[in-house]
Amino acid sequence: MALNYTKKTVNHFLKPKNVGEVKNADAQIEVGNMVCGDQLSFSMKLKDGKIKDIKFLSFGCASNIATASLMTEKVKGMTIAQAKKFSWKDIVDDLGGLPKQKIHCSMMAVEGLQRLINSYEDRLKIKQA
Amino acid sequence: MNVYLDNAATTRIDPRVLKAMMPYLSEKYGNASSIHALGQDNNLILEQTRAAIAGLLKAETSGLLFTSGASEANNYILRGIMSANKAKGKHLVVSAIEHPSVLQTARELSRAGYELDIAPVDADGRVDLKALKKIVREDTALVSVMAVNNEIGTIQDLEAIAQIAHAKGAYFHSDIVQAIPYLRLDLKKMGIDACSLSAHKFYGPKGIGASYVRPGIKINNLISGGEQENGRRAGTYNLAGIVGMGTALELAYKERSVYLKDVKLLRDYLWKSLKKEIPEIKLNGGLKYRSANNLNIRFGRIEGEAILMDLSLRGIYVSTGSACSAHNLKSSSVLSAIGLADYDLNCNIRFTLGRFNNKKEIDYTVKNLKKTVARLRAFSPVK
Ligand SMILES: Cc1ncc(COP(=O)(O)O)c(C=O)c1O
Ligand code: FES
Repeated sequence: MALNYTKKTVNHFLKPKNVGEVKNADAQIEVGNMVCGDQLSFSMKLKDGKIKDIKFLSFGCASNIATASLMTEKVKGMTIAQAKKFSWKDIVDDLGGLPKQKIHCSMMAVEGLQRLINSYEDRLKIKQA
Repeated sequence: MNVYLDNAATTRIDPRVLKAMMPYLSEKYGNASSIHALGQDNNLILEQTRAAIAGLLKAETSGLLFTSGASEANNYILRGIMSANKAKGKHLVVSAIEHPSVLQTARELSRAGYELDIAPVDADGRVDLKALKKIVREDTALVSVMAVNNEIGTIQDLEAIAQIAHAKGAYFHSDIVQAIPYLRLDLKKMGIDACSLSAHKFYGPKGIGASYVRPGIKINNLISGGEQENGRRAGTYNLAGIVGMGTALELAYKERSVYLKDVKLLRDYLWKSLKKEIPEIKLNGGLKYRSANNLNIRFGRIEGEAILMDLSLRGIYVSTGSACSAHNLKSSSVLSAIGLADYDLNCNIRFTLGRFNNKKEIDYTVKNLKKTVARLRAFSPVK
């Protein structure tokens, strides 16, 4: 089986964007995959209904790091509604493809995003209740 | 600079081996089964090589059969011996840290109606002999334990294991792929009834190996067709490969003592330098029963494949676990068999040194690995 990453994936792996933790985050979550054992941790700050800042930490493979990096880059500035529609396919397309066994890494990144949004919306609901 | 530290996956062919093979890929192209001189000259070489290989392993020449490699040999021996010895019993025992070509075959046999038991290992990867004694039974036909593990380099007490198998009348097979030339082997004296060999792990060509089954042991044929290998494995002899394997094995044992000293010196230097330069690392398995070329190291808080890719982009070639496990997501079953916790299974890198490495390469590796580890740890979520 081939394990060739595209140039773009390699670049995101070598120079990942948005690593770290957002200060005074509005939401902070962790995701992981039981099979491969990889983990991501995300934090996000919103302003005027838009994603103002989003950062990640990774205990994961090269494509785990690259897909999280690309995802954060793409969704920064999006409204919650736009971010909810963001799909792992957008990541795979943008990277110029991922090896078959690495598709789930992009899914983990998007799962992280959706969980961030859920966590933010839950907090909002509790505050309003 | 390119540094190859993945010699357990495969080795670079020795130029002297390549040179010995070349005539059989050009002017001496005859089929070793042909009756004419071009064939019969090669038949002579074939049989001389077989005898030489058997001689080096202290085995009986007629028990040696050439295969495409050790995966084939392991499949042949497990399937062939189990199916031909049902009168003795249908019980098979393999260790928990076998290569997939043994472990997977054993599992398939168990699904096909044979009984399988997996012998546990200790924290160094050595088979627990007390446990093994309890597992082997009167109806055990075969016990299979590898001589040297491919991931953590564990050296087994083959003689003791052979005795336990023989005490119940079972045959003992050992995958000796990673043992050349790290162990001195005397199959007869050690009580090894069957073994598997692969040339590309000791500076020979890829796609050639051998199985040894002591004459007298019943085994079913591998490939039907022509009369090659006395009808046990049909197919035109790969003479260039066979000559290459013979030459490689001969060189491996002729130059063994110097090679072992050099490779161990470099390996120990790598381990010492890593311990000095990089915090939060641990050796998987101990050093005492470890093949001289192997290190398998756990890097706290970061993931193995990320380390591997980062090093690869710096021209340093290592592996996580074995080459075979690199592509399925499941973490190493060897590391889990020696007792690593689930959260430690994904942080490991195997370094396997070889004949063509030098100190400069090791220094380059340590210098770069230090950068790699610092870079990845800077954004690890694990505290
Ligand atoms: C211990 C062990 N057994 C068997 C094999 C399979 O050998 P081959 O590549 O010749 O099929 C390998 C290496 O891949 C190995 O390390
Ligand atoms: S292998 Fe599972 S996240 Fe990459």
